[in-house]
Amino acid sequence: MFNYLVRRLFIALPSLLGISLILFTVLALAPGDPFSELANDPSIPPAVAAALRHKFGLDDPIYLRYFHWLVAMLHGDWGYSFASRVDVSTLILQRLPTTLYVLGASQILALCVALPVGVYAGVRPYSLGDQIASTLALIGFSIPTFFTGLVLILIFSIWLDWLPFVYRTDISATGFAWYWAYIKEAIMPVAVLGLFQGAVWTRFVRASVLDVVRLDYVTTARAKGLAEHTVVLKHITRNAMIPVVTLVALSMPIVFGGAVVTEQIFRVPGIGSLLISAILNNDTPVIMGVTFIFSCLVIVFNLIADLLYGWLDPRISYR
Amino acid sequence: MDATQLRAMIGKVKAGRLSRRAFVQRMAGLGLTAPFVNLMLAQEGFAAPASFDYKPTKAGGGGTLRTLWWEGPTLLNPHFAVGTKDQDGSRIFYEPLAGWDPDGNLVPVLAAEVPDAKKGTVSADGKAVTWKLKRGVKWHDGQPFTADDCVFNWQYASDPATAATSIGTYKDIKVEKVDDYTIKVEFPKPTPFWATAFVGAQFGQIIPKHLFEKYKGGNSREAPANLAPVGTGPYMFVDFKPGDLVRGKRNPNYHMPNRPYFDLIEMKGGGEAVSAARAVLQTGEYDFAWNLQVEDEILKRLEQGGHGQILITPTGNIEHIEINQTDPWQTVDGQRSSIKTTHPFLTDPAVKEALNLLVDRASVQQFIYGRTGVATANFVNNPERFRSRDTHYEFNIQKAIAILDRGGWKPGSDGIREKNGVKLKLVFQTSVNGPRQKNQEIVKEACQKAGIAMELKAILASVFFSSDVGNPDTYRKFYSDLQMFTTVMGQPDPQEFMRQFLSNEVAQKENKWQGRNVTRWRNPEYDALFAAAENELDAVKRATLFIKMNDMVVNDVVVIPEIYRPGVSGVANGLNVWISGWDSNFWALQDWYRNA
Repeated sequence: MFNYLVRRLFIALPSLLGISLILFTVLALAPGDPFSELANDPSIPPAVAAALRHKFGLDDPIYLRYFHWLVAMLHGDWGYSFASRVDVSTLILQRLPTTLYVLGASQILALCVALPVGVYAGVRPYSLGDQIASTLALIGFSIPTFFTGLVLILIFSIWLDWLPFVYRTDISATGFAWYWAYIKEAIMPVAVLGLFQGAVWTRFVRASVLDVVRLDYVTTARAKGLAEHTVVLKHITRNAMIPVVTLVALSMPIVFGGAVVTEQIFRVPGIGSLLISAILNNDTPVIMGVTFIFSCLVIVFNLIADLLYGWLDPRISYR
Repeated sequence: MDATQLRAMIGKVKAGRLSRRAFVQRMAGLGLTAPFVNLMLAQEGFAAPASFDYKPTKAGGGGTLRTLWWEGPTLLNPHFAVGTKDQDGSRIFYEPLAGWDPDGNLVPVLAAEVPDAKKGTVSADGKAVTWKLKRGVKWHDGQPFTADDCVFNWQYASDPATAATSIGTYKDIKVEKVDDYTIKVEFPKPTPFWATAFVGAQFGQIIPKHLFEKYKGGNSREAPANLAPVGTGPYMFVDFKPGDLVRGKRNPNYHMPNRPYFDLIEMKGGGEAVSAARAVLQTGEYDFAWNLQVEDEILKRLEQGGHGQILITPTGNIEHIEINQTDPWQTVDGQRSSIKTTHPFLTDPAVKEALNLLVDRASVQQFIYGRTGVATANFVNNPERFRSRDTHYEFNIQKAIAILDRGGWKPGSDGIREKNGVKLKLVFQTSVNGPRQKNQEIVKEACQKAGIAMELKAILASVFFSSDVGNPDTYRKFYSDLQMFTTVMGQPDPQEFMRQFLSNEVAQKENKWQGRNVTRWRNPEYDALFAAAENELDAVKRATLFIKMNDMVVNDVVVIPEIYRPGVSGVANGLNVWISGWDSNFWALQDWYRNA
């Protein structure tokens, strides 16, 4: 087990290196320039933007820039943003609490929807309840989040005027009002992300339960005269969860990426919106920092999923 | 009304028996515009007007002012500002010596008065300007604001190691401390437009010496005050998250009486323009939204929400079509559009004249831009003193056809006109942007009717406007026959703006296409006019020179001006703001208030 872990981590290193190299090259080859706004302003001499490019090392050859970045990264220095001249690590840490709050809440909501609905639908396949649940799930994951976001804004902000559609991190109220304001502004983004994810997972949970429900040991459990809820919870759900846990773990990094659109619509100052503005500004160090974190997440969660397999299913062993 | 009556009236204004406002209104009744009347008053010895009516009688008590920028400021050191969002963000806390009002006149902020040749504070040779600073101004941390701070800002910005974006304004001048409250700015040559250093939000905001002294040069990035500004402005720093949020609270020791009105200010960033407009106009979640470049039809619909209205401010930004003077389809010395070539037909007067007649500006205004664009024949439209009255535009397909016929351009078998084997086929490029593609269609349709074939090309804005030397699709390379975009005139003076037609500014491989002259038009007469304007100290004569230059490029159809684009902001009902197109949106933030 321990050997396996160490081996996997060693394999991860070259993958990360490869990912960073590809990212950097693609970014360097992509069009755009962090100082184009300066360069296009007739009242600023062109030499100013040129000097800044030179100072920030943008005129160096790509391999040299990558090498500088890599060496600094190995020393734990993520570099600094061209746009704000602030350390990349500071920028990311600043955005982390909001990201965790909104994304965490939406994932919990997704699980709260997917597990009961999926299990119910799987235990009673093709019943009316299952038909309704499956149809809603199909609709839920077919509609893109930017659309549901706009629909929710239209209903709850414009028609009903119940919820704000601009997310603010600086709520000045105190006590209960403060908590309420924080919850209120997060309702729409969390609902958009959570319900989308929930719809995807519902279908998966249902399929997984459906696989288990027909197995002999479930029939045996029922034949033993066990109560229905014991059969469903202990015998069906627990065994059906093995692939679901893997799926949840693997979709975590994807969720970070998928939140970009939702964050943009509701102006949630999370890591996704940081990435978007960095891409628009051609702010290479920030893009590298954020995407590098994303790739680390992919590798780490893959590893976690593999380890969870073994824990959930003792028949799987690591060599 | 004759001159004597007018003088008598001005006398009344002087004596205080007639309010300035009433006078301006009466003159407006005679068809005179406000800037012109102000000019008239200025000639009679009046200072520039403070035409904003500030009503609150005490500072504070206004609650929170919520503003929305769909691109949030990423930094708060004005000397590092890359775009207007950064200038606006730092302008909450920092101030210049003087700002620009909507008519392009100087209004003192940290200066006691605006320098003036009559008072001897602008030298007769145009090489020195003396600024008298306001006394008793304190930084937010209680330190006094003095001439040393101004001198330091010059040293800070002009040091190349600091990597300031304001270096262009400060590197060639000299700033000298005369006494604690007087500075002298010296220019290497006569400078009629001297109001650059220490003026306006773009280059003028002043940072405190005592906090930045140790961070001049290579370590400029490490100054703690970069992220937590200490200025002289109406609001004091509370909180900053790059790209997301800036917050400030009322400065109780602000140097202007009874100001500011609001207790807290919040500047939220992110999202896009339409939803920013919605948050102010339709739902009223915010009080003010910046730069609403949204189609007027959508704005009108949002305004029906009843929470706010849009505010239009004159600027010098002009949406125009550029005519390539060189051949974009021939490669010489490794570059297309080389100045060693001449365009096969776009330098033919008949073709140019016809093209000018085929651009339907009125329709572009009516159907695309609405209130957010004004059809114009001029390249320089504002401030009004620089606007030419001798130009006009016309949309007339029949006339264009007649001119082409007379010029010897006859329709070929495919309906496309040709002469000596050269066909009138054009490639017209612009950036990807809804209104621009509609605009391209309008031009294309008219040209087709006149027998000019046109291929439309839309290039991603991040490519089109980049200064990437390797990319053939940038507007600077101009590898097509026509192109359209908006160019901005940030200062209320056309000098830097009109540089883009100078022969020595031609964009080409040799200068990595950094030159301003993208059309590659070269005309010694224009160059001479520009050189004269650069040294002309008489304001009226200088304005005449710029008008002449404008007329040259317009009449020679080097560019076809289409629409000048005023600034558009969203303002909540009851909020009183004073916005200038020549300065930061927050240039008069201290005067903003809400009706009680």
